[in-house]
This record gives sequence, C-alpha cells and structure tokens, in this order.
Amino acid sequence: MKEITTKSMPYDAWKDNEYIEKLVNELRESGTNVIVGSLDKLINWGRSNSIWPLTFATSCCGIEFVSLGAARFDMARFGWEVARSSPRQADFMMVAGTIVNRMVPVFRRLYDQLAEPKYVIACGSCAISGGPFRKSYHVAKGIEDIVPVDVFVPGCPPRPEAMIYGIMQLSRKMKVERFFGGVNRKMNRKQYLAEHPEENC
Amino acid sequence: MAELQNKISRQFPGATFEDGEILLINIADAQLHDLIKTLRDEHGFDYLVTIVGMDWKTSMGCVYYLADTGMSRFVSVKTQTEDRDNPMLHSIADLYRIAGILEREVYDFYGIVFINNPDMRRLFLNIDWKGYPLRKDYDVNDAANAPSIENERQSDLTQTWVELPDGKVERREEIVFKPEDFVVNIGPQHPATHGVLRFRTAVDGETIKKIDVYMGYIHRGVEKLCEDLSYMQTLHFMDRLDYFSAHNYHHGLCLCIEKAAGIEVPQRAVVVRTLMDELSRIASHCLFIGTFCMDLGATTMLFYTLRVREQVLDIMEKTCGARMTFNYDCIGGVMADIHPDFVKDVKELLATLEKNVAEYNKLFTGNVIAKNRLEGVGILNHDDAVSYAITGPSGRASGWACDVRKLVPYAAYDKVEFEQVVRTEGDSMARFKNRVDEILQSKHIIEQLIDNIPEGDFLAKVPKVLKLPVGHWFQVVEGCRGVFGVYIESDGSNKPYRLKLATPSLNSAAVVDHITRGQKIADLITIGGSMDYIVPDMDR
Repeated sequence: MKEITTKSMPYDAWKDNEYIEKLVNELRESGTNVIVGSLDKLINWGRSNSIWPLTFATSCCGIEFVSLGAARFDMARFGWEVARSSPRQADFMMVAGTIVNRMVPVFRRLYDQLAEPKYVIACGSCAISGGPFRKSYHVAKGIEDIVPVDVFVPGCPPRPEAMIYGIMQLSRKMKVERFFGGVNRKMNRKQYLAEHPEENC
Repeated sequence: MAELQNKISRQFPGATFEDGEILLINIADAQLHDLIKTLRDEHGFDYLVTIVGMDWKTSMGCVYYLADTGMSRFVSVKTQTEDRDNPMLHSIADLYRIAGILEREVYDFYGIVFINNPDMRRLFLNIDWKGYPLRKDYDVNDAANAPSIENERQSDLTQTWVELPDGKVERREEIVFKPEDFVVNIGPQHPATHGVLRFRTAVDGETIKKIDVYMGYIHRGVEKLCEDLSYMQTLHFMDRLDYFSAHNYHHGLCLCIEKAAGIEVPQRAVVVRTLMDELSRIASHCLFIGTFCMDLGATTMLFYTLRVREQVLDIMEKTCGARMTFNYDCIGGVMADIHPDFVKDVKELLATLEKNVAEYNKLFTGNVIAKNRLEGVGILNHDDAVSYAITGPSGRASGWACDVRKLVPYAAYDKVEFEQVVRTEGDSMARFKNRVDEILQSKHIIEQLIDNIPEGDFLAKVPKVLKLPVGHWFQVVEGCRGVFGVYIESDGSNKPYRLKLATPSLNSAAVVDHITRGQKIADLITIGGSMDYIVPDMDR
C-alpha cells in the first residue's frame, strides 16, 4: 500500500501522519489478496470521495459549517455537499457545537441511527472538551464519553479551512480501511489480543 | 420620576424607594400584583423588559424591569421572600404575556414558585433535575445531575399553584395537551428550526391548535459561569450567545460595566464600536435572508447573501483576528486599533451593498411564491408585540417603534441620522422586509461615521483588577434581533454577584405559540424563520 494522500495534496503537507502510518503498517504486515485488495481500493476510492454529512449543528460552529457549504469555501469540490437531514442517509456527523445534558440522549440516538460505516468529527472546543463551558452544570465534557470520535478539529469555532482539513483527514482514514475486514490476517486471535490490549473486550 | 414616586407612595404606603439611574421600588409580595397593575394601567409601563431572579442568601426574590413603549422611562420593582425552602411570589402572568415564560425561567433557576402562573414547569432543565442551579448553595458537581444517554423522562403534566379565597395556596396538576389532541413533534434535530429547538405541535388536520415550545437543548448555564469569573473574563461569553450580534452584546456588557466603574471610553473606541455593531447587523441580516429563503426552498439566495457576509467577515478578521467570536470590545474601549485597510474595505463593501440588496429584492421579495407564503401569515398585532416584548425588526414589523439606538441612544448613535424601519402589517413578509431595509439603514449609519473616526487612544486606562462598588446596574442595547438587557449586581468584589442577560430570542420563541394558532403546519417553519431566533441566545 502506498502513501495515503489525495491528488491535490503532497504527502508531506499533512500534519499528523503517525496515526495513519501506524494503520498502513498494520495493513502491510498482514498482507492482502490481489483481488480483494483491488476491490477494497475501488470501494474506498468511491467512499472517500462522497462523504455525506448529517445536518447537525447546535451553535456557533454550525454557522461556519454553513459558510463551508456556500460558494467561497465550497465543500462541493470534495463531494461533501450533500448534507442530509436524516441520519439514515448520512455517512458522518459533524458535531458542531456544545452538547449539553438534555441533548446527550438525542445526540446518542442520532449516532445510533447513522448507517454503518459511520464516522464522527468533533468540531470545535465545545465538542472536544466542553470548551469555555466546561465548568457548567449542564454541559457534557467532551463527546468522546458519548460516541467514538474519528477526527478532532480544534478551534472556537474552527475556520472553514480547518474543517476542510478535518474532513480530508477523515477521507484518508477511509482510504486505509479494509472493507472486507481481516480475512487475510495471518495473526491468530490470541496473538492479536496480546498486541492490542486496549481493544480487549 | 419624583411625581411617580409621590403617587406610588400615596397609593402603596408600604413601598420604599431607592434612587439611582433607574428608580427602584421595594414592595412586599402581597402588593406586587397591584403595584405592577397600577404601573401598567395608570403610568403607561406596558413593556416588561425582564424579570431578574435573585438569591441574596438571606432572602430570595425578583427584580422586575418595566418601561413604557417609547422607552423614555424605566422603572424597577423589587420583591423578596425569606422562605428558602418554599419560596413563593405572586405571578404577573395575567398582566404581561411574556411574564409567563420569564417566571418559568426564574422557577427553573431558583425554585421560586409563582402563584397563579398557569404553567409552572421547568424551562431548560429536566423534570428530574436535582436542585436549582443559580442558588448560591447549589452544588455544580452533583453526580445526580451528570449527563446520561438514557432518554429523559417526559411528562404531559404541568403544575400550577392557585390561591384559594381563604388565602391558602394549593398545588394543582394540569395536562398540557388534551387527551384527544394529535401531537406532532418537531425538533430538536430538524434542519429548519435554526438550531436545537423543539416544538410539540397539536394539530387538527393541517391546522395548528397549540404549540408547546420545549427548549434547553443548548442551555449552557452562562449566567452561573459568569458568577465565578472576573468582569473581564465574563466578556467572551457574549460572543457565544447570539453569535451574529457578538459585537452588540459585547458592547452592552461593556457599557454596563463601564457605567458601574465610572470609566470613560475614548471617542475613537466609541465610534469603532458603533461601526462594528452596524457591520454585524449587515452580516446578521444577510445570513437571515439566506437561511430564511432556504427554509422556503430558495437555496440559491444563501449563496448570494453569504457573499456579502464573507466580505464583512473579512473586514472583521483583519481588525479582530477572527471570523466569529471576536472578543473585540473590552472594558474601556476596544482590544486593538482598526486595521490600516479598514476604511478602504468598508467603503468597498458599502459601494456594492445597494446593488446587492436590489438583487435580493429582485430575486425573492417580489416572487409570487414568496408573496403567497409570507403575506398575511403569522400576524402579530401591536398590542401583542408589546405584551410579548417582541423587539427588534420583528417588533418594528408590528408597528412598535422600539429601536434602542433611537429611543435610548448610546455610543455614537445620537450623532448619526437614521430612520427606524417600522411597518404595521405584522406578518412574516413585514418582518422579512424590515431586515432587508435595515441593511440599508446600517449602511447609512456607517457612511456618516467612516470618514470621521476620531484620532486618539482606542483603550482607556483600566485597573488590572477591576472591582465594582456595591450596587446594581441595568443597560439595554440594540442587538441584531432586538433589545438586549444586561443586569449586574455587585457585592464589591471583582466578580459579579449576579449577571443576568435578557435576550430577545427567548421572547421570539415564546410568541410562536400565539402567532401560529390557526395557521397551517407548513407555515410554522416560515413563521419561526421570520422571527429569526437564535437558539443558544434563548437558552443561554
């Protein structure tokens, strides 16, 4: 497997390659079947270029997300413009804004309603940690306690460029995924669990 | 005011008075209702600005701010009770229609029950919430209130406390919707509620019978957070309430603190603040036009209006360093001097503005679909607008000239010429047109100021640790959506003892039930859109 990047961006321009490289190394070590590997590549090419967001915004970050959709930043360039109002049609959820106690069950339900494979981007400091409202009596201290998060985009609110970068990272993550799972994994289960203790379940 | 004081003291011998910038009348709870009724009926105070819930540790109570419709006179009324376990006051919900929901907010935060208020549910917090968060003895880290992914308990019951003829108070349970009502749930995750707001809508076929507005999905407890921060630190929350009026809200809080501390702001800062307020208004109304038209299906409008908004944001970014959440106004002036390109950029913006507005009108305002969807829909008449305290462009669409910039001028607004945009139709179209016209009025204001920015300092000398004297202050400014009020009570330390933010969006959401009754459910979205509420602004 080659370096994971997009056409318009040289590999060195990405800021945090360690995480992706770790994933790539894991894949390289386990090897792949030529046919299944090519199929995976085709599917991932399609998936990573048409990521549909769920229209979900609670506060300020949501307005920057609107700007992202408008002509200047134009996320249609990347195939992300099809914002869906129903979670069942969306691929990922951009959590733009504070999640408060009353919103937590609603938010969790929306996540559960997303169809697999699904992704979450925590956008802005409120979604990451509670941000300026962390000490409040009615604010969840980061959404990671509620749903698994794929990409964190810092900022209050993040600039639209930062959001673009965040979603591009998500699309890279999609590219290294194996749609057909670990069918070619040569490792046995015991060995795998010993190497990944945190994933013991 | 002395005349008013004399009259009141003759009629209510128990009342005591405190002079200040706004006359304060202390009254016992038993006479509260009569006093406020007298103020409203005989002295013309028919606009309830806000109700400030208070916890003075030894007692609990409320401060009511009233004004006349022309905002030439303000008066405040204070009442308190010493019973902390079972605090009860009399409701004024029958005098002002907005009071119902403001009292619910006080009940939610302080646990003060209002006798005769027909709907005493919690407003922002769950029905099972333990404690009342704005009380001084509340434990913020109470594990019982930790967030949970379990659905919150829902109830169709509401409670009300009724005073019986013999003086006893009885708690009664009542049902919000009738058993035969067909209730449709809209929100909190809905693309056209402009945030996380929930309407429980009882419908008869397609006609709306009743709406129960359910908020709190973005209640962040800003007022409580501010009590733990120094005055300088409280400022940045103003960016995150109504994020379109960030400058205006900053301005309001700064004015209130400066008034209390006796700080004089340099003229340069005064003018720059005014310019920023008006630029915000242009950007805010542009986004309103875009999203409102998008609600009606005219998606293209969003691209046209955001073009101007981006231009304004560029100007702001050069000076303030951010596209949103600027944190630019600070106590004693502004954070930084304007960018060297500021004047040039603003002039470029103004040069294209009129053409752009003409384009919006050409594309949308005269469109036959828009006319059919908006004209005569969601009518709010003048008296209801006052009673519900709907201010800003929405209030002015109902014929109430309520622009604080004109009526109680602050900053540089007394030096510029502009018109209040007032319409009398009171329908969605009038609210829409008002905002379009206000863009041009803002342009007019900026034109008068942009060439006359005084030279000099942009920031007055302010002590590093700012302490306010003991007392309380109230300030109103015109946000992009209406009157924004700030109430500060200080105990002499460097933190506010109480900081109350009276925001216009809460009122706009409260009135939705009233103006949608008898309308079609499809119009709920357009009526809500035309009220232009911002959910974090109403929940705070």
